[in-house]
Amino acid sequence: MNGINPSAPAAAAEIAAELSGRSLWQDAWRRLLANRAAVAGMIILSAIALASVIGPFLLPWSYDAIDWEHIEALPPEFATGHYLGTDSLGRDLLARTLFGGRISLMVGLLATTAALLIGVTVGAVAGFVGGRTDQLLMRFVDLMYSVPLTFFVIILMVVFGRNFALMFLAIGAVEWLTMARIVRGQTLTLRNKEFIEAARASGGSTANIIVRHILPNVLGVVMIYVTLTIPQVILLESFLSFLGLGIQEPMTSWGMLINDGAAELEINPRTLIIPAAFMTTTLFCLNFLGDGLRDALDPKDR
Amino acid sequence: MSASVLDLRNLSVRFTTPDGDVAAVSELSLSVGKGECLGIVGESGSGKSQTFLAAMGLLAHNGHAVGEAIFGGVNLVAADESTLNGLRGDKLAMIFQDPMTSLTPHMKVGHQLTEVLVRHRNLKSTAARDRAIAMLRRVQIPEPERRFEMYPHELSGGLRQRVMIAMALLCGPELIIADEPTTALDVTIQAQILDLIRRAKEELGTAVILITHDLGVVAGMADRVAVMYAGRIVELGDVHQIFNAPQHPYTKGLLACTPRLDDATASALVTIPGQPPNLQRLPKGCAYHPRCQNVMDRCRAEKPPLMSAGGGGLKACFLENFGRFQAGAVVP
Amino acid sequence: MWSYFARRVAIGIPTLWAIITVCFFMMRLTPGGPFDGEAPVPPEILANLRARFHLDDPLWRQYLDYVANLLRGDFGPSFKYRDFNVTTLIAQGFPVSLQNGFSALVIAIMIGVPLGIFAALGQNTRRDYMVSAVAMTGIVIPNFIMGHVLILVFGVWLKDSVFHLPAGGWADGALSNRVLPVFCLSLPYIAYLVRITRGGMIEAMRANYIRTARAKGLPFRLVVLRHALKSALIPVVTFLGPATAFLLTGSMVVETIFQIPGIGRYFVQGALNRDYTLVMGVTILSAALIIAMNLIVDLLYSLLDPRVRYEGKR
Repeated sequence: MNGINPSAPAAAAEIAAELSGRSLWQDAWRRLLANRAAVAGMIILSAIALASVIGPFLLPWSYDAIDWEHIEALPPEFATGHYLGTDSLGRDLLARTLFGGRISLMVGLLATTAALLIGVTVGAVAGFVGGRTDQLLMRFVDLMYSVPLTFFVIILMVVFGRNFALMFLAIGAVEWLTMARIVRGQTLTLRNKEFIEAARASGGSTANIIVRHILPNVLGVVMIYVTLTIPQVILLESFLSFLGLGIQEPMTSWGMLINDGAAELEINPRTLIIPAAFMTTTLFCLNFLGDGLRDALDPKDR
Repeated sequence: MSASVLDLRNLSVRFTTPDGDVAAVSELSLSVGKGECLGIVGESGSGKSQTFLAAMGLLAHNGHAVGEAIFGGVNLVAADESTLNGLRGDKLAMIFQDPMTSLTPHMKVGHQLTEVLVRHRNLKSTAARDRAIAMLRRVQIPEPERRFEMYPHELSGGLRQRVMIAMALLCGPELIIADEPTTALDVTIQAQILDLIRRAKEELGTAVILITHDLGVVAGMADRVAVMYAGRIVELGDVHQIFNAPQHPYTKGLLACTPRLDDATASALVTIPGQPPNLQRLPKGCAYHPRCQNVMDRCRAEKPPLMSAGGGGLKACFLENFGRFQAGAVVP
Repeated sequence: MWSYFARRVAIGIPTLWAIITVCFFMMRLTPGGPFDGEAPVPPEILANLRARFHLDDPLWRQYLDYVANLLRGDFGPSFKYRDFNVTTLIAQGFPVSLQNGFSALVIAIMIGVPLGIFAALGQNTRRDYMVSAVAMTGIVIPNFIMGHVLILVFGVWLKDSVFHLPAGGWADGALSNRVLPVFCLSLPYIAYLVRITRGGMIEAMRANYIRTARAKGLPFRLVVLRHALKSALIPVVTFLGPATAFLLTGSMVVETIFQIPGIGRYFVQGALNRDYTLVMGVTILSAALIIAMNLIVDLLYSLLDPRVRYEGKR
């Protein structure tokens, strides 16, 4: 009964889209803050990240320093500065765990960024350009889906040697597939919206429309997926390091620390439990945050 | 009142949402007589569907109904699931708006029909099959034996809605609630579907509640019409009275909106100014007052109760003798 | 439907071929040969080795030989275990991985799917929150932590009790040696299945046709089992395709932790030892399984949703 006048100026439609977009983000933020698990996740996660970044500078022991006088020291030892004790080589466990966290989180962030860049570009181009380009790209993604990807990463690591930069590139190169599919799906639905047509009619180039109009609108979905990809990447890295195929000594990561700890499981379970606790806490937080974001940005899903 | 099939008394429906509660239906009272066809008219969001979903016990999980909906001596609102299940599909049937999504996609049409008879009539499968095919024939589905073995996606929208009607009629219900039964269909099919419902009413003596936003649908079918706005009835009356002498400005607005081929003077589409109300922030007083052309000070302060409108009708409007001010419209 | 199936097979074969080709050239183009990591080998022995593995043939020749051998089911000799053929190693390890994987799969489905339905039908109630929290735990705790925790509890702490279970080894598949690895293997899959089944069921119960089924007066149990379950299972089946392939090819982590002689452990050792032919053999087997499982998933779709059959015809 209140039909929309189809001849409403395109500019007005665009402004309306932008306005509703802004309040959408505010709404989402409010809903996120109302989600206790997500807020707790954010706080704990920031604490762990902060401790991992600056902690190693503040501790009396470096992650690879050996304290010959305190091997297998039991916590808490405030006098010696081994707050969480030492491992079988006399290295400070807290320093190692925080340093390992730095590496694990960094791999998580960098590999996810790599996946994000590849996935969003491929997805947005495939979805927006469509036609043969779309078919070609999506065929390739389909093909990649039938590759056993963990094996693929390991082969890359075997072939090119265990190189830190390569590892996050390899993981990123594997994790972009789902991102590409999601972004493509979103772009397809956006492509025919009025404000995109308006942008096209006013002579915007493809790249310009993708960057200025498509990307801001897929941001929500991408953010949800990013928070859920980071824990997967951290797991994959620790899985590789655990098998001895990831990070190499003297560097360390949570996966490696868990592997080291596993070797001393019977005599000193602490060396396994402490890094494992840090890692699972981080993964929990990221998952809660991801779920919270999804509920906040996509309220129909509850 | 003894002649009524369904009696709604002070029925309210609320939904809990992340952004607060929404009152979809507020203290609504209404009764449907035996064999009567009652039209329920309103914009989307007026609560017309939720009222009867509540009576059927089919509200979404965040919905909650209070009040009474008396059917066959049972208060449906307070009844437990097994009591409701005994009535639903048997004495009380419902036809939904979208035949495309209202049939289970992975089950053959025949099975979806026979399971009703197995449930309520305890029929063996061959007997149920015969009854179901007979009913498909009755709703004028060609080649019913073949359709019986088909999946819903293999049928057209019109045929699917016929299957829905057949499903509703299988047990010879006392009341059929048809929620926008023709909205999703082609215009040519719409008339056929309405004709089927009318015939069911006449031949089986079934009472029909016809929920629609389309006054044209109501005009040809209903005996009485209730007009709803913002979860309340604003006008209730005989179909002729509603069309010829509407007593509420909203009814009048709705009538003016309906395009008419016979009216050469109406060159432009008329719309009711303003937006349908936000149920979470209803205006004080009469919910319609921000859009009403005849608004008075009293309307802003006080909620008008349902009062007699003369001629046996009811209206929720303070305006006196409103009907006299307008040219008589004719039932299309 | 059969033409649809045939088309999927026709896509699967070139996919597998592409994977084989990429693997082969990646392996052969590596800087450093497979014998680099060892103690210096006298040049004449090295020459012998290279001759034995045909490493001095032109690359295209090696490639053609490899593919031709693959077609005969021969994955070539192992670079590391020189008395063994990769096919023999896989033939030894695969049954072990297969048994463990299949047991874990069955357990995961039998626990995960019903739990997911149970949680979904009580959406946003306490039982839903509890099941979802347990599922989240199962997803977040990786099995290389869970495996060690299980060993610590059942192998070490409960050593002298009736609950004691061997911390590792295979012992020719003795039941007590299978319990911990199979349990550890199934845990994350239980967790994923709970989440996916729950999501699928919630989605299915929102469908309009569920309202129709309820309006017919069908008892709740029938509404769920007859009308909702099939479409709720579609995402579950999608997940189970590749998941089955992964489970059956053995878990690298679980087989390593529990010292089980399956192909997952062979793969890890092959990777650590730069045993290229072994690594390739396992990768190709796994890829073939994933492709086969995805085909089966496509077939299952058509059982769960007749519309797929229809679209397949077009």
